[in-house]
Amino acid sequence: MQSRLISLTEDRTDDRSAGCFVLFSQSLSLSRTNQMAEAQSVRRTGFQYFAPQALDDALTVLAEHTALGERVQVLAGGTDMLVQLQSVDRDPRAILDLKRLPETMQLTVEPDTVRIGSAVPSAVLNEHAALKRLFPGLLEAADLIGSTQIQGRASVGGNLCNASPAGDSIPALIANAAVCELRSSTGARELPVEAFVVGVQRNALEAGEMLVSLRLPVPPERSADAYLRFTPRTEMDIAVAGCGVRLALDERGVCTAARIGIGAVAPTALLVPEAGAALVGTRLEDTALAAAGAACANAANPISDKRGTVEFRKKIIAVLCRRATAIARDRALAGTMAG
Amino acid sequence: MAKIQVETQINGDQVEYLCEPNQSLLHVLRDELQLTGTKEGCGTGDCGACSVLLDGRLVCACLVLGVEAADREITTIEGVATDAGLHPIQQKFLEHAALQCGICTPGLVIATKALLDKHPQPDEETIRYWLAGNLCRCTGYDKIVRAVQAAAEEVAA
Repeated sequence: MQSRLISLTEDRTDDRSAGCFVLFSQSLSLSRTNQMAEAQSVRRTGFQYFAPQALDDALTVLAEHTALGERVQVLAGGTDMLVQLQSVDRDPRAILDLKRLPETMQLTVEPDTVRIGSAVPSAVLNEHAALKRLFPGLLEAADLIGSTQIQGRASVGGNLCNASPAGDSIPALIANAAVCELRSSTGARELPVEAFVVGVQRNALEAGEMLVSLRLPVPPERSADAYLRFTPRTEMDIAVAGCGVRLALDERGVCTAARIGIGAVAPTALLVPEAGAALVGTRLEDTALAAAGAACANAANPISDKRGTVEFRKKIIAVLCRRATAIARDRALAGTMAG
Repeated sequence: MAKIQVETQINGDQVEYLCEPNQSLLHVLRDELQLTGTKEGCGTGDCGACSVLLDGRLVCACLVLGVEAADREITTIEGVATDAGLHPIQQKFLEHAALQCGICTPGLVIATKALLDKHPQPDEETIRYWLAGNLCRCTGYDKIVRAVQAAAEEVAA
């Protein structure tokens, strides 16, 4: 009897250490009783909290803690971080909250450029009429992440930094040629979004560096984007595969530019230049869409897990590419008629 | 470790509390302020039982740090009814028997309030998507949807 009890306890420990709360924080998990009991027994020492109102102050906090070798973690919406903080990653650290900085909370639409601060919640993006008109696909991707409650906090910047292979906003950002604007106390640099995520839950930020904002080029006329993902359920689920598409057409309806990003089918979301190239110069008829889809399937390097097999993911990513491209095409053509 | 002093507004009242830097707003509400109407279900942002409004926006209190709430406006279930009586949402949940064990109810009432503030006359699909982050293991949801529809009519009238 005693050994049975011990083995049950060990099973639970194994469950917790599997890291599922990190990757799948928006999945259903109601069996928390044991974790809560454990959380209460943890000594809460060594945590610090900073919520500066000036970017330079934030960069100083980052630099000072980094120089001392102390852990410092940037907080945006917190929908991933707080879950980790209460489960798999309880170690003390300095928490640097970005939600009182003008730069990370900005949402600016200029003639050539849109800037989305790294801590702007998805719900705010989806209430912005101009953004909805310019980037319907990106906003659809952001809107798919979590519940209404999660939407009120979760940011596209945080989704990107969390660097999950299945992050919905990342393929849509790639399709839209987003550029990451990074800052540290010693300088600024930029990275195209497809170079920002470097591995499963690993991003290109260096110590003392943070993502301040995402810069997107304002699309030309006769251009549109779209994002589609496959999930078994319509809501509150994690992508089995996802595809973001941005197209531009000329006045005859011929595709002049196309960028396609795919997610959840490789360790990182990928830009698929071959898929875009298969569309440029065509009128986006079925054969062109099929060629782009095949290029996505070819670029995909998925794993088999509980949400889908390698074979299924390679097949479905081609379907998603074809359908998302058709949606973007129809949107671009509808915009032409409306304009 | 020194606790951090936080001043903020909860249900219209100016409130001060001390909290740890890593303590969730949910635990501040329940353990420091004895506002136990807000329930803890999963503690990981999946179930919506701890839903509150933060500056009018629906959030899970378990995914907000207590220190983050400084100088904000928070509405909890304790702030929904008035001296005049229950809020129409609460009344319709009662009339339609939209609850059984009741653990999810405070979160659902708050989420419904946020819904009707933004969409005063939501269709059923909007209601079901909006409330997808509030899990109920008793009712099967249909009675909840009917109660929300009735509350929307009452609030709009």
